[in-house]
Amino acid sequence: MEQMNRSVSSTTASIAAQLRPSAGVNSGGMTSAFASKAYQSSRWRPGLSQADQHPCHNEVFANSEEGAGAALALALARDAVKVDSKGALADADDQRCILWVQTADAIKRGGRPYIHGLPPELSRRLIHVAAENAQDALFALEEGVRCRDFAFVIGEVRGNPRALDFTASRRLTLTAQSHGSRLYLIRLDARPDLSSARMRWNAASAPSQRSRWNADAPGVPSWKAELFRARSHPPGNWILHDHKGNISISRPKIPIPEAANAPDISSIILSTGPYQNTAAHYGDMGRATVGRSLAAL
Amino acid sequence: MAIWAAQLSVDRWRLSKGLKRGEGVDAAPLALISETAHGPRLEAVNDAGRQAGLHSAMMLADARTLCPDLNVEPADPAGDLEALEKLTLWAQRWGPWSALDPSDGVIVDVTGTAHLFGGEDRLLNDVEQRFSARDIAVRTAIAPTAGAAWALAHYGANAAILSPAHDMAAQMASLPVAALRLDADVLTVLRRLGLKRLGDLTAVEQGRTRDRANIAPNGRDALQRRFRRKFTNGMKGRKSPAFNPLVRMDQLLGRVPEPLLPIVPHHMPLVQRRLAEPLRHRDLLDQVLHDLTHDMVRMLEGRGEGARRLDLGLWRVDGEVIIRSLEMAEANRDPAHIIRLFTGKLEDIDAGFGIESVRLRASWSEPLILEQNDIETASSKESEALGTSLAACIDRISVKLGQGSVTQPVPQASHLPERAHRWEPYGVQSMVTQTTYQEVLKPYKRPLKILDYQEKIHSLDESDGLLKRFQWRGRVHDVMRAEGPERIAPEWWRMRSTARLRDYYRIEDAEGRRYWIYREGELGDGRGGSPDWFIHGVFG
Repeated sequence: MEQMNRSVSSTTASIAAQLRPSAGVNSGGMTSAFASKAYQSSRWRPGLSQADQHPCHNEVFANSEEGAGAALALALARDAVKVDSKGALADADDQRCILWVQTADAIKRGGRPYIHGLPPELSRRLIHVAAENAQDALFALEEGVRCRDFAFVIGEVRGNPRALDFTASRRLTLTAQSHGSRLYLIRLDARPDLSSARMRWNAASAPSQRSRWNADAPGVPSWKAELFRARSHPPGNWILHDHKGNISISRPKIPIPEAANAPDISSIILSTGPYQNTAAHYGDMGRATVGRSLAAL
Repeated sequence: MAIWAAQLSVDRWRLSKGLKRGEGVDAAPLALISETAHGPRLEAVNDAGRQAGLHSAMMLADARTLCPDLNVEPADPAGDLEALEKLTLWAQRWGPWSALDPSDGVIVDVTGTAHLFGGEDRLLNDVEQRFSARDIAVRTAIAPTAGAAWALAHYGANAAILSPAHDMAAQMASLPVAALRLDADVLTVLRRLGLKRLGDLTAVEQGRTRDRANIAPNGRDALQRRFRRKFTNGMKGRKSPAFNPLVRMDQLLGRVPEPLLPIVPHHMPLVQRRLAEPLRHRDLLDQVLHDLTHDMVRMLEGRGEGARRLDLGLWRVDGEVIIRSLEMAEANRDPAHIIRLFTGKLEDIDAGFGIESVRLRASWSEPLILEQNDIETASSKESEALGTSLAACIDRISVKLGQGSVTQPVPQASHLPERAHRWEPYGVQSMVTQTTYQEVLKPYKRPLKILDYQEKIHSLDESDGLLKRFQWRGRVHDVMRAEGPERIAPEWWRMRSTARLRDYYRIEDAEGRRYWIYREGELGDGRGGSPDWFIHGVFG
C-alpha cells in the first residue's frame, strides 16, 4: 500500500521535474522555464491552502511517543484557517469551536490535549470527544466534519484499526469535501495504508532552534515534515518551525532537480525519478501506476 | 386556612378498596404498618381500631395484645404524599395559592377570597362538603396566620374562625403546646418544665407566673437561653423553628413572618398512543415514534418551548416498561433531529409479546422562540448540505457514544498541572457563559498534551540533580537540552503530609523530542527514599 501511494505521488513529481530538461522533448527553454515555475508554484508551502482547493482531509503519521503529530496537525490547521480568514468573505474573527476526537488507546499512549499548552486562541474553543474505539471515533469525526460550526476537526487514531479502511477514509473525504470542512487525522504508530486523504504527512520531532534567552533550553519547536503523498503538490521534505503560530521553513531538503538525461515521454512514467538518488528511503517510489486501480488516487 | 386530613392514609386505603366508612373490612380494627428497625410499627389506625385503644406510632406487638383480631395492611407514605400534592393543587379552588403541610395537611391562603363563597363560615362549609363528597375526613380552621390556623385545625374546635379583631393570645391560651408544631424532644422538655398550654408559655414570656414567689421579670430571655444551641446540639435541623417554642409562638401570633412554599403546578408536555394491536416490529414502532414526535413538536410549539430532555416509555403487554431518555445540548423542536436521535436508542428494544402503549414526555423543556423557517433551508436535503449546527452535532455524538463522552476543558485555579484543568460535560449554555470574571492562572510553557497518568521513567544517568539519560517505554533518550527546574509544591491543604514536591524540567532529547518530566521529591526531604522521575507531558 505504502509503495503504491508513494509511487503515485512520485511519478507526478518526476513528470514535472523531468519535463524540465531542454535537451529533451522538443521546444527548449520555454518549456523548461514553465515547468520549473509550475513545479515551484505547486510545491507546498505554508499559507498555500486556498479556500477553493484546500485539502479537506489530511493525514499525519507520527509516533505516539512524541507530540510532533498533534503539533503539526494543529499548525497546518491554524495555517489553513489563517489563510481562509484573509479572504474577503470569511470572518476576520473566527470564533468557531474545534473538535478533537481521540480513541481510548490514543489517549492512553499519547495523552490528552492540555488546555494550558494549547495555543491561547484555541484553548477556550476546544471540544473533546473520547471514543472507545476507532469505529466510534470515525462516527464522531464524520459528524464533526458535517457540522458547520467547527473551524477544523482533529482526529487521533492509533494503529491500523479494521474500521479505518479505504471505504471509511473515502467516506470522510467525501463528507469533508461536500461540507467544505477540514479534517486532520493523526495516525499514531500506524502503517501508511490505503487511504483517500488529500495530503499525507509523516511527522517527527526535529532538534529545536536555539532559544533566544537560554542556550540550554529547548527553543522554537521544530518538526521534520515529509509530504509523501498529495494530490496537488509534489512530495517533499521540510523542517518546519512554529513561530508563535506561524509556520516557517528552514532548509528544504530536496532541491529542485537539476537537468538530467532527457527521457522520452513514454519512458517517464516507467522510469525511476531523480528522487531515488536524493533520499535514500524513496527507493520504492519509482514504480509505475500502470494497471493499478485509480481508487488509490 | 388550614385543612387537616387527619385520617388521610386510612381514607386512601379505604377508597382504594372502594368501601364506605365503617363498612366491610373497615368495620373491624385495622392498622397500616411500616417496618422499622425495632419491628413493625403502626402508622395509622381506623376508627374501629381507635375505639379498641390503638393509636399510631405503637409497635404492632403491643397492639396485638390490646386487640388480637387486628388486621394489618402496609402503609404507603410515598402515595400519601402524592395524594396530598394533588389535594393541595385542588385546594387552590379556595385561594390563589396553597402549600403542602406534610404529612397530612394543606394550608391555603384565603386572604380576600372568603367573600366569593359568601363569608368565612360558608367557605369552611364548602370545604367540608367538598371533602366529605370525596369521603375524606378533614378538620379546618381559618386564622390570621398560618401557624394559628394550623393550631386551631389540629387542637381547636372544628371549623374555628379566628379574626384579627380577637386577642389571639387569649383565644388560644388553652391549646396544648403541641399546637406550636414543635419537635417531639422539645415537647418533652416543655412538659418537664411544666409548660403544657400556650397560656403557660405566654405567661412565662411576660414574666407572670402562677405562684407569686418566684417572679421572673424577663422570662423570655430565660426561655431563649434554655432552647438555645446547647439543648439542641447534635439534633438534626436544630436551627429550624421547630426547635424553638419562642419562634413558633411569634409565628403563631404574627410577630415574625413565616414564609410558606406554595405549590405550583408544572405540566410536562406529554403525548401518547394506545395501540389497538400490540407492536412487534420495528418499522411500526418507528411510525408510532414519528407520529408521537410530531405531536410533541406541535405541543411544544404551542407553548413556545423546546425540549431538553425527552423520555420515551414503552409499555409492553406483559407489564414491562421500557424507558429510553434523551438529553439534548440545546432546547430543540426539530422532529427530524429528535427522531434520528431516538432511532439510535431503539435498536436493542425487546418487544416481547408486543408493545401496547407508547408515551413521549418532555421532562425538561426550555423556552424557545418561534422562528420562521429559512426558505433556503426549508428542504431537509439542502439543510443537510449546509451542515448541522453545533448542538445537533453534539447531540448525535453524545447519544451514540454515551453521555459523558463529549467534554470541554475548563481551567481551574490550581498550580498542580493535573488539577489546573478539569473536563466538564459539554453544554452550549456553559460555553456561552464561560467568559471568566477572574484572571486565569497563566502557567509558564505547558506541554501540548498531558498524560492521564504520569509514567515512571528509569534514570540511567543522573548528575547534578538533572537527568542525562533515561529510559521510557523501552526506549533510551539522551537529554540534550533542559530547562528547569520549575518547582511545584504539593497542595498541603488537601494532600497528605507525605506528598513530595515536584521539580519539573522541559527537556529535549537527541532526536528533538520534547518532554515535560519531573523529579518527585528531593534527597533528604524526609519524605521517602531517593526520588523517582516521571514523565507528565509531551511538547509539540
